[in-house]
Amino acid sequence: MARAEEIIRLKDICMDYGGGLILDKLNLYILKNEFITLLGPSGCGKTTTLRIIGGFEQQTSGDILFEGKSISHLPPFARKVNTVFQHYALFSHMNVYENVAFGLRIKKLPETEITRKVGEVLELMNLPGFEKREIESLSGGQRQRVAIARAVVNEPQVLLLDEPLGALDLKLRKEMQIELKNIQKGLGITFVFVTHDQEEALTMSDTIVVMRDGLVQQIGTPIDIYNEPKNEFVAGFIGESNIMDGVMYADYHVSFAGRSFECVDKGFTPDEDIDVVVRPEDIKLVPADSGMLRGVVTSVIFKGVHYEMMVKVGEREWMLHNTLMEPVGREIGLDIYPDDIHVMKKRKT
Amino acid sequence: MRKKLLNGPYLAWMLIFAILPLFIVVWYALTAEIGGERSFSAGSLARVFEPIYLRVLWRSLKLAAVSTLLCFFFGYPVALILTSRQFKRRTILVVLIVLPMWMNFLARTYAWLTLLEKNGVINSVLSFLHLPALSILYTDAAVVLGMVYNFLPFMILPIYSVLYKIDHSLIEAAEDLGATPLVTFRRVIFPQSLAGALSGVIMVFMPAMTTFVIPRLLGGGQYTLIGNLIEQQFLTTYDWGFGSALSLFLMALLLVTGALLMRSRGDGEGGLW
Repeated sequence: MARAEEIIRLKDICMDYGGGLILDKLNLYILKNEFITLLGPSGCGKTTTLRIIGGFEQQTSGDILFEGKSISHLPPFARKVNTVFQHYALFSHMNVYENVAFGLRIKKLPETEITRKVGEVLELMNLPGFEKREIESLSGGQRQRVAIARAVVNEPQVLLLDEPLGALDLKLRKEMQIELKNIQKGLGITFVFVTHDQEEALTMSDTIVVMRDGLVQQIGTPIDIYNEPKNEFVAGFIGESNIMDGVMYADYHVSFAGRSFECVDKGFTPDEDIDVVVRPEDIKLVPADSGMLRGVVTSVIFKGVHYEMMVKVGEREWMLHNTLMEPVGREIGLDIYPDDIHVMKKRKT
Repeated sequence: MRKKLLNGPYLAWMLIFAILPLFIVVWYALTAEIGGERSFSAGSLARVFEPIYLRVLWRSLKLAAVSTLLCFFFGYPVALILTSRQFKRRTILVVLIVLPMWMNFLARTYAWLTLLEKNGVINSVLSFLHLPALSILYTDAAVVLGMVYNFLPFMILPIYSVLYKIDHSLIEAAEDLGATPLVTFRRVIFPQSLAGALSGVIMVFMPAMTTFVIPRLLGGGQYTLIGNLIEQQFLTTYDWGFGSALSLFLMALLLVTGALLMRSRGDGEGGLW
């Protein structure tokens, strides 16, 4: 695959509201046609990053390039990006048609063309015939789609979305995730999506940027981020994890939980202290006397697709996901294969 | 049961100070004293429509409308400045706007008398600067000035409260869609603030229509607006029947204009009414 073209680059962006750094020398490039997600807990700077790209906040220092040219000094209305706001920010004094037509009217397009474009985009958003409806009469999901329609009708090269699904209920959110991804593919434009929901990020993104305290923790595809988390924060934030201290006593050999395991990692200094992450679904259930580890089930919760079991191994509780259940009190064995052991450098504190 | 008990004082208050006086006004308006006894008569109400009184009404309407309009044109920008994000001393300015309302209404209006007098403060300053003297006292201009001065806060505050509540993301959304600040104002901020503007218009128009102190002090004795006319009937000529008829007519007029304004507003939120 040819290397995709870059559309936006953030260079050493710092943001300081006067009470400490919100963003600390953020560097990021965004490619054409990719679905990139800024993911992190609240206060990590993801929304601030988005607002800086949109022009609603002025960074304290650093530069933003759009197709190679600096846009730092441009006000929002002069930037070629459009935003879908967290609470939709629809104009309640206008009907759906006027809301969607807002940007086109500013560009002074002829009315026939506006009518055609609005009709097309409403069709795309699965809202045909909604032109005359008042905003007040729409459901949350419909408002969401109008908000997206209002932004994409302007054919921006980049669409910024600030936790757009946060206000929807779970079922609708799942549907909209798929729909948004389809819209992005259909339009062939770049989506910059902000969320704190790791599952949402994994479902929709081409690239995930995990952020914490104004710093980028890891950038990668969903599969990279899930399978090869760079540090214990990323591992803990994305999915469920068993995170524990270990020692890398030689290449391909790690010891934790009181015994040594084979693993696939190398290149650490001998006897380096490291973090080990094992995903709950990667632990194999075996008879007690044949397992690498041995423990006693302390609790079982039914989660729908699988059971979540807590198993006490020595002094530590492990989390296990399995479609089969072992009753509380039963002694069981656990196997962990080399591929499933993720070794990470300890964060400097 | 307990709810009813709690309602009691409120109902009594309304009955004694709102419903009962209204009935008394209606009673006086629809009766006339003939031979020491009051009996029903449409005479007072009919007099309201005599040309001389209709002219007074017309002049009152005109002055109230002009004052309301001026209040709107001065008040809206002030409200807008108050809500601007760059504006740091918001609280101080709000207090400064409200402060004169804490002073006695009469004292405030008398103050204008001394300011505007032939040898008053303004003219002294003007003559000191060798500028022509200002002689607007006892004219329409002075009355309008008095009304605008006294009622301006009633225009600013409802507009301010509505502007203040406009979701800032609406403004950002407009800018995001390419609207310059001017277009954002015209197409988003102003339409969103209409409810407050209408409240302000009603809050200014109603007292401007009924005031009698301002025209008497700043308009001079010879100057009659509908408020003065009503006052005269009760305090000078003791024609309570005609006074009541005028009051009733004015009330009906304000009620109708108010209702019309409300209807034109639709279901907007955030107004005072």
